[in-house]
Amino acid sequence: MSAPKTLYDKIWDAHVVSEDEDGTCLLYIDRHLVHEVTSPQAFEGLRMAGRKVHAPEKTIAVPDHNVPTTTDRASGVIENEESRIQVEALDKNAKEFGVNYYPVNDIRQGIVHIVGPEQGWTLPGMTVVCGDSHTATHGAFGALAHGIGTSEVEHVLATQTLIQKKSKNMKVEITGHLRPGVTAKDITLSVIGATGTGGGTGHVIEYCGEAIRDLSMEGRMTVCNMAIEGGARAGLIAPDEKTFEYVKGRAHAPKGAQWEAALNWWKTLYTDEGAHFDKVVTIKGEDIEPVVTWGTSPEDVLPISGVVPAPEDFTGGKVEAARRSLDYMGLEPGTKLTDIKIDVVFIGSCTNGRIEDLRAAAEVLKGRKMAPGVRGMVVPGSGLVRAQAEEEGLDKIFTDAGFEWRMAGCSMCLAMNPDQLAEGERCASTSNRNFEGRQGYKGRTHLMSPAMAAAAAVTGHLTDVREMMELEDA
Amino acid sequence: MEKFEKVTGIAAPMPLVNIDTDMIIPKGFLKTIKRTGLGVHAFDEMRYDRQGNEIPDFVLNKPQYREASILIAGDNFGCGSSREHAPWALADFGIKVIVSTSFADIFYNNSFKNGMLPIVLPQEQVDLLMKDAEKGSNARMTVDLENQEITTSEGETIKFDVDPFKKHCLLEGLDDIGLTLEKAAAIDAFEAQAAQARPWV
Ligand code: SF4
Repeated sequence: MSAPKTLYDKIWDAHVVSEDEDGTCLLYIDRHLVHEVTSPQAFEGLRMAGRKVHAPEKTIAVPDHNVPTTTDRASGVIENEESRIQVEALDKNAKEFGVNYYPVNDIRQGIVHIVGPEQGWTLPGMTVVCGDSHTATHGAFGALAHGIGTSEVEHVLATQTLIQKKSKNMKVEITGHLRPGVTAKDITLSVIGATGTGGGTGHVIEYCGEAIRDLSMEGRMTVCNMAIEGGARAGLIAPDEKTFEYVKGRAHAPKGAQWEAALNWWKTLYTDEGAHFDKVVTIKGEDIEPVVTWGTSPEDVLPISGVVPAPEDFTGGKVEAARRSLDYMGLEPGTKLTDIKIDVVFIGSCTNGRIEDLRAAAEVLKGRKMAPGVRGMVVPGSGLVRAQAEEEGLDKIFTDAGFEWRMAGCSMCLAMNPDQLAEGERCASTSNRNFEGRQGYKGRTHLMSPAMAAAAAVTGHLTDVREMMELEDA
Repeated sequence: MEKFEKVTGIAAPMPLVNIDTDMIIPKGFLKTIKRTGLGVHAFDEMRYDRQGNEIPDFVLNKPQYREASILIAGDNFGCGSSREHAPWALADFGIKVIVSTSFADIFYNNSFKNGMLPIVLPQEQVDLLMKDAEKGSNARMTVDLENQEITTSEGETIKFDVDPFKKHCLLEGLDDIGLTLEKAAAIDAFEAQAAQARPWV
């Protein structure tokens, strides 16, 4: 009998084309996702070398980072010239190299990490890469998925392989069940809070445990999405019935006899009893509270019941980093998190722009209004998520509460398009990064779940969503 | 790619931990469709104010560090996005070597692809190099990739590890794609076998 393997080991082994003596491997890539920001130089490189895309049928391109999200975008041109050039370059490259493409005016267009699973391009056991760090999202399907740089994008386009060395295995187990009001976003932020942004460096994380099993596919994608914020190369969750159910019938999922064959293999994709992990982190589901970030690193996580920390609460280089963060965020140590007033609410991104996220936010907002002076924006992760939400009447709840209801794209997650914070504005955001300037020059970001962001929208300050839920119960 | 030669140069101290890719190159500069010309925008928001004036306190604006070719950085350098614009900007600025206690994976890989050498060392050694770098422009360090050795301005030597394949590619200035295409037959064979084993892919 062969030695017990982890899920990561199994997927890895199934994709090794060749291995050198020092362990450097050529890894075959099943799906290559492409967006407009990290690909122009790669396509240009191919063109200059006279190379073709090796497997255009396994390559999927969609513009998302730069696209406007205003409802009139179909008729207008992109005003920012550089953004327009990047999107046009993708249009042209997709056509010239013959890859699958969802242009801006296609209802299937959206954030690349939402489109992949939605269209059934992402399947269990695959290797998936994209010139984008949040490729980790696809790990929710039990696919080995990670971000690559533009040189590697060019390498994959030209060869459908990647030069890789195997990472270490890390297990993150969330035991038991979550308490009411606690979501997948709180899990993933809490894990980063516990391990730090470097905690997963050099590792591929497998998330497991009852609380992970309990999550929907949407929730699992939220968890894996932020594996990168924890420093990990990828996040993985073993596929199960929920995964198969989600995949079945999607446009590019296998059908008929192929479905049966695929299912047979997918069912072998789990970590064997006794397999070795280099690092193990265990968190009790019951201990996780709704959390928010206070600083400018995703590891700056605290339960909403907490207070802003002081730099002296930390050690080493983090003292200076915390001082800089607090200064940037305009926060005083000792302030209750729930006393922090906000100006803007952003609901969207590849972390929390799926239908379930919009439902969770809408549930809090139903029959309520945004606090006076707060600006809110809901940006669905894809055109199809938008359509689904409209069918369920969620758009009405958002607009009645005072939110803008936008078209699909990355939008204020990274503010490359006109959706930006003004200097000094403070945002309750469902995205994944709170770095300096991420959502606009000198903009201040607090990361949280969609339900928490909706609660903040109603009160105008950071808020424990559970208080609102209790109100409803009473 | 150019061959990586022995580097003797000024090292700039950047002790801040978690220097992320948004700090190295803010998103406003990701809209380029070229690889070059990003050096003037490296660390843009730390380096310039809103009017485009230099912030004198920032290390690379100080006269003694303007010509730095080595960065000694705090833990977890390059975390954040996969943007290769970050190493493009640093390389274009003239950085050849970055030393830290750890790097984010993608940034680490991207550096090699752009002729830059990221070196991981234990905390005490990074501290020692940080002190040396703080001496300014008279304190030149030498990084010798061939012998995997850093020599401080005091003549002290520190050994470092590097992946042999990556070292070879840097020293020879090899292009990954060219190397991989030499294995085209293996790729074809893999595809034929995978088409049998997993025809739905
Ligand atoms: S939504 Fe944000 S994190 Fe996700 S791909 Fe777009 S910019 Fe990146």
